[in-house]
Amino acid sequence: MINLENLCRHFEVGNQVVRALDEVDLVINKKEYVSIMGVSGSGKSTLLNILGLLDTPTSGDYVLSGINTSKMNDDEMAHIRSTKIGFVFQSFHLIPRLTAAENVEMPMVLSGLNPKERQEKVDNALARVSLTDRSDHRPEQLSGGQRQRVAIARSIVMEPDVLLADEPTGNLDSSSSKEIIKLIEELNQGGLTLVVVTHDKDLGRRSNRLIELLDGKIINDNQN
Amino acid sequence: MRFYDLIFLAFSTLVRYPLRTLMLLIATSIGVMAVILLTAVGEGARDYITGEFRDMGTNLLIVIPGKNETSGGGSPADLAGVAPRDLTVEDAISLRQIEAIKNIAPIVIGETPAQFNGLERSVPIIGTTPSFLAVRKWEMATGNFLPGVTLDRSPPVCVIGKEVESELFGKNKAIGQWLRVGDRRCRVTGIIGTEGRAVGIDAQKVVVMPVSLATALFNRPSLFRIGIEARNTWEMEQIKKDIIRIIKKRHQGKEDITVIRQDSVMKSFDNIFNVLTMALGSIASISLFVAGILIMNVMLVAVSQRQAEIGLLKAIGAKNNQINHLFITEAIILSGSGALLGLVLGHTVTQILKVAFPTFNFLPPLWASFVSLLVALISGVVFGLLPARRAAKLDPVIALSGNK
Repeated sequence: MINLENLCRHFEVGNQVVRALDEVDLVINKKEYVSIMGVSGSGKSTLLNILGLLDTPTSGDYVLSGINTSKMNDDEMAHIRSTKIGFVFQSFHLIPRLTAAENVEMPMVLSGLNPKERQEKVDNALARVSLTDRSDHRPEQLSGGQRQRVAIARSIVMEPDVLLADEPTGNLDSSSSKEIIKLIEELNQGGLTLVVVTHDKDLGRRSNRLIELLDGKIINDNQN
Repeated sequence: MRFYDLIFLAFSTLVRYPLRTLMLLIATSIGVMAVILLTAVGEGARDYITGEFRDMGTNLLIVIPGKNETSGGGSPADLAGVAPRDLTVEDAISLRQIEAIKNIAPIVIGETPAQFNGLERSVPIIGTTPSFLAVRKWEMATGNFLPGVTLDRSPPVCVIGKEVESELFGKNKAIGQWLRVGDRRCRVTGIIGTEGRAVGIDAQKVVVMPVSLATALFNRPSLFRIGIEARNTWEMEQIKKDIIRIIKKRHQGKEDITVIRQDSVMKSFDNIFNVLTMALGSIASISLFVAGILIMNVMLVAVSQRQAEIGLLKAIGAKNNQINHLFITEAIILSGSGALLGLVLGHTVTQILKVAFPTFNFLPPLWASFVSLLVALISGVVFGLLPARRAAKLDPVIALSGNK
């Protein structure tokens, strides 16, 4: 599913080279539930960005669903993001002027799907996150947990292969957090590959596999 | 991305920031309105001037004394330093021999007090013949225009403007009364109906009398000019040559007159005012470009304000071009609706001005509406390009971690 080989991501800060990811080798299989943990600056966000094709490695290969993404241009990567990858962010990243349904619809709008199909898929996705009755609400009219559920509905509406969650509960209270974790774990049980970046040790321990990063290297890779 | 979705998304942003949108709309609409109003004034002025000329008829030639030309140094008159000869009533009479001329109207102007029944008023005087009526296309309200007057006969008659009638005669009947003009007396035979001006004189305020009476009154034989109406337009060039030939012969071989064709003067004015209108329109277009630059600035700010959103759109699969199109669409919608608003405002204000200043005809030309709309749209695209490119090129990671 996901195969990283000898992957490096270096940043130049002033005249110093920061090795955010340093010769990382990683294989994540289909339907796996993986947590990535590590202190700030360990490279876990960079890893997630590269997995999500938002960032490109300095060297090494990233093969996603059998496709080597290393030599792709912006548009090809956008297409992969659109069809194969779902994102869930700590701060939800909903578009404030659009309703919940319109936010969920957005990836399909960008891919040019026709409105009839879109409507059906939006309804299904909102039903999946139990927000059918909130579809006309704007983000500001929703609670944090509800916002994140809208974001999750948006991330699955294109039926991606992998869901990348960056601190999905970081901005939520404990009861909302539980709700969201339950939801994404259900999605994983439904067959979706799930990669979660988190600080939260409890959340980390829930996954089948826990990867720990330090200074751009994988220092622990344990099956729970 | 579908066209409808593109419009919807761009539109939703504009609605989301109403103040910003309103300001940009106002900026663009003022630009368009300026184009409409200024060209309306230019076109109105053109219409006014050419209309004045058209009223006089197009088969018109004007003979003016004097010629702005350096002639050969051989003539004795030049050596003697003799000033150009006056144009006289006799000169006008001599032009009768030209068959192709329909009407000859010599014109003398001056100003003198007119008096009736103890009331006195200083009035402009036009001394001429009945041909004047045909040449200038004036109309009478009542009575006759200088009956019995010819180039060589000057019975003591006159016609007066409406204002002269009401000021001097009041409720009395003016026709048939003797009006004292300077040291002469003449019988009023009619009232002029025309409103407007001729040779710079208001038709309502004038007293018109036979040409010889006027030359005697002012004790000056020279004519101000001679108005000539040709029978046919195609004969005008020949008439012009004949006039110069005849007058030259009468003036000891010196060509000291200028003959102007009314239609060529009109054409020149028409051209001048067309250029003026376009110049005004171009000047006003500058304000459209200023509005365009304003749109660009605001959009640049918007790009940095909406970094997180741009990052998100990229994360969920937006291609760079789609982001680009989204921002350009916003700019086009802004400038387009601003331009439409400006068109509505411009034409509304024009109508208001027409009511406020009924004497001047405000005529916004059709091309001004099209051109200003086009310029607004083009400036929308051009000035939308830079912000849109900047948005499209944002690094998604940086954009996502930018302002939330």
